[in-house]
Amino acid sequence: MTKPRVRVPRTARKGEVMEIKTLISHPMETGYRRDVQGRLMPRHIIHTFTCTYNGEQVFRADWHPAVAANPYLAFYTVATESGSLRFEWIDDTGTVYTTEAEITVV
Amino acid sequence: MKSSTPRDVSWLSRRTLLRRLGTTSVLVALWPASAWTTPEAVQQAIRQRIGDRTPQPDGMTLRLPPIAETGNAVPLTVAVDSAMTPDDHVLRIHVFVEGNPEPVAATYHLGVRAGKAEISTQIRLARSQTVLALAEMHDGAVRSATADIVVTLGACVEEIWSN
Repeated sequence: MTKPRVRVPRTARKGEVMEIKTLISHPMETGYRRDVQGRLMPRHIIHTFTCTYNGEQVFRADWHPAVAANPYLAFYTVATESGSLRFEWIDDTGTVYTTEAEITVV
Repeated sequence: MKSSTPRDVSWLSRRTLLRRLGTTSVLVALWPASAWTTPEAVQQAIRQRIGDRTPQPDGMTLRLPPIAETGNAVPLTVAVDSAMTPDDHVLRIHVFVEGNPEPVAATYHLGVRAGKAEISTQIRLARSQTVLALAEMHDGAVRSATADIVVTLGACVEEIWSN
């Protein structure tokens, strides 16, 4: 599994609204498709995405099978203080994918 | 006083009614798991999230391409007109896909710290349909926006054609 990718500004002014882009490679298997033998392929999707800023959750998404494979998500958050943004994706098997980004707020 | 004539339902005895309801539920239970979602399921999903509040079709936009060659990864952007201040902000955005097997695509939890009420993502669409987005505001108001899209080749339920 490749590391999820996030784009966060390295520096920002205090109070600035920053766009954050995230991308993770994941099959997001819907549970509605059949393999070549005709067997239903079990559902395997990321169901929860969270972004925490210095320990406080600033954004969360609940996903269903209609989210495309290799989920891309762009959203915004306010630059409040220097520190780290932590991103977490949890899938149906309980696997947690995480990555962090450091930010300097001036 | 005669207000309206009730339909004659004397042929429908209690026994017949129960028997027919029984047959219907067996048929429903046998329905394949991959069946499309139904308007009732969509309504239920909406009511679960916003209760009996009435969405106002104003103050937000839902951007989708008008046509998608495949429904596998359709770009979608939802933007709500909100200052995102403590007095005026979006709590949640829901995306509903009535033409897919399941009624809900995603829910996004925002709040004052989001700063801007806008999200972009890519969704799967199984066929042409009207996508609906609802925004729950902090004061309890609900806004809505819809977009129609023509999907040439659907996602989600097609067989895999590979060796």
